[in-house]
Amino acid sequence: MSAAYAVSDCWTMTRRELAHWARQPVQVLVGLVFPVMMLLMFGYLVGGGRAVDGPYVDYLVPGMLTLTMVFGLEGTMTAVTRDLRKGVVDRFRAMPMTDGAVLVGRAAADMLQSAVGLLLLTGVGHAIGWRAHGGPGAFLGALGLLLLLRFAMLWIGIFLALVAGRPELVQAVQILVWPVGFLSNAFASPDAMPGWLGTAVEWNPMSATATAVRALLGNPGGEPGHLGAALLWPLLLLAIFFPLAVRRFARLGT
Amino acid sequence: MTEDAILVEGARKRFGEKNALDGLDLRVARGTVHGLLGPNGAGKTTTVRILATLLRHDDGLVRVAGHDVRTEARRVRRRIGLLGQYAALDEELDGRQNLEMFGRLHHLGARGATARAGALLERFGLADTGRTPVKRYSGGMRRRLDLAASLVTDPDVLFLDEPTTGLDPRGRGEVWDSVRSLVGGGTTVLLTTQYLEEADRLADRISVVDRGRVVADGTPDALKTRAGADRIDVVVRDAARLDEAAAVLPFPAAGTDVDRDRRRISVPVHDRMASLAATVRALEEAGIEAEDVALRRPTLDEVFLRLTGERTAEVAA
Ligand SMILES: Nc1ncnc2c1ncn2[C@@H]1O[C@H](COP(=O)(O)OP(=O)(O)OP(=O)(O)O)[C@@H](O)[C@H]1O
Ligand SMILES: [Mg+2]
Repeated sequence: MSAAYAVSDCWTMTRRELAHWARQPVQVLVGLVFPVMMLLMFGYLVGGGRAVDGPYVDYLVPGMLTLTMVFGLEGTMTAVTRDLRKGVVDRFRAMPMTDGAVLVGRAAADMLQSAVGLLLLTGVGHAIGWRAHGGPGAFLGALGLLLLLRFAMLWIGIFLALVAGRPELVQAVQILVWPVGFLSNAFASPDAMPGWLGTAVEWNPMSATATAVRALLGNPGGEPGHLGAALLWPLLLLAIFFPLAVRRFARLGT
Repeated sequence: MTEDAILVEGARKRFGEKNALDGLDLRVARGTVHGLLGPNGAGKTTTVRILATLLRHDDGLVRVAGHDVRTEARRVRRRIGLLGQYAALDEELDGRQNLEMFGRLHHLGARGATARAGALLERFGLADTGRTPVKRYSGGMRRRLDLAASLVTDPDVLFLDEPTTGLDPRGRGEVWDSVRSLVGGGTTVLLTTQYLEEADRLADRISVVDRGRVVADGTPDALKTRAGADRIDVVVRDAARLDEAAAVLPFPAAGTDVDRDRRRISVPVHDRMASLAATVRALEEAGIEAEDVALRRPTLDEVFLRLTGERTAEVAA
């Protein structure tokens, strides 16, 4: 019985997020279009002149896919912060619902939105000349790695919102994800950067995912050796932040 | 079961250096309305949040509907409804969506939740709000929806934290009517309020809270009696003679209040009829014209100020 309740509670909370989308189609659309605009900007305006063997768009698209996953953190954090401040979470917590259903709803909605975003971005990428060469299995594998990274970002976002869910902090994170995003190999190869910067970029978990995705898709800059790192980094982040976020939520009242 | 609906013994809660609850005791019998009365920062919301399992107390015994809030939180949650001090609604969704969602989370089933939402919208006059999201509701509509949301399951124990703050007199009357009809159905209500009139009208018993503890409790009538004697109010026609009038009255000056704006002198008295006659005589002899001389019981306002004020003085001393 309680397992059935758990499923039903999680579904109710997911439906709530979907109902929010239906209420704010423009906001959802902007969220989806923003990475597409970034892709077009970097592809046409900034692109070229970068030491990449092969067409720049083939290097850029996997980078943009990865960046979109990382930037998702900020969306998660905004949503959780808003819920906490609106007091609706208080009502959820005073009801006999399944522990964690609130977080499951958030997670399901964010992952779904990210998956849609990925498909849209690959579609636009294809339209501007990007090609994947690895076959369907490798393509799905790449999507899996990207969503794994997003899943890790999701729990970091929930944790940050629970620890200090103030609008000022959300703004700070909105700004800080940019240097983190750019201190990766999303747009340019670390080989073309000064030594210390290149090292920082190589160690950015985002770079591992981008490199592995490039390898799976047969795009320039890919190194199959990075597959392990692309799995381990997000799993490590999850191992830290998932329990922290869950515990923090359970202890909201202390 | 004969256990009280709410039982609190020596509850403590600290926020950093601040003792929000400092050994609070509270007992509420089933099917009664209990008023929690106190000034800003007294600890009313903290008490309600602990009772509703939203906040953990540091020390003391807290039981609701026969269950310990700390160890049996889920059982408590099945039996309670909560109307917090601030709205706890999904602002993006409309009223029906909110109530259906809460109904599902209370495990009424899809059909049960829909039926319940419809009935509650009807009952609280929100049936024609359609698809309007809550963020575009007026304050009164929001409060009514919030109250409806706290009644999704016919709770055994209902917590209302300042339910009518910010409502106009009509909205206030509506909330009062709802509370009365609920109690008729056997629900126990704990109500916090800053309106003494509200506590006086709705509550069977009142606890006056100050600085995290109960400083007085009893029925509204008992509290009024406790706060002191009956009073005689004299309204003087000529404001210039107010002090003169206060001086000629045959009562000790200590308990006398002089309200200059209303040209009114108020004194506590013991022997009702003799005091009244003596007052009229004293005014006549001094040639002071009175507009009104009235014998009355103290209001809850006076009780409240007296109880919380006394304690403040005690602490300052
Ligand atoms: N989360 C918190 N962190 C720090 N202090 C708090 C917190 N919540 C309440 N307090 C403090 O505890 C005391 C009691 O607050 P509480 O909200 O219970 O008062 P109240 O009686 O509901 O007041 P009001 O009539 O203003 O709603 C206040 O001094 C308040 O500042
Ligand atoms: Mg309060």
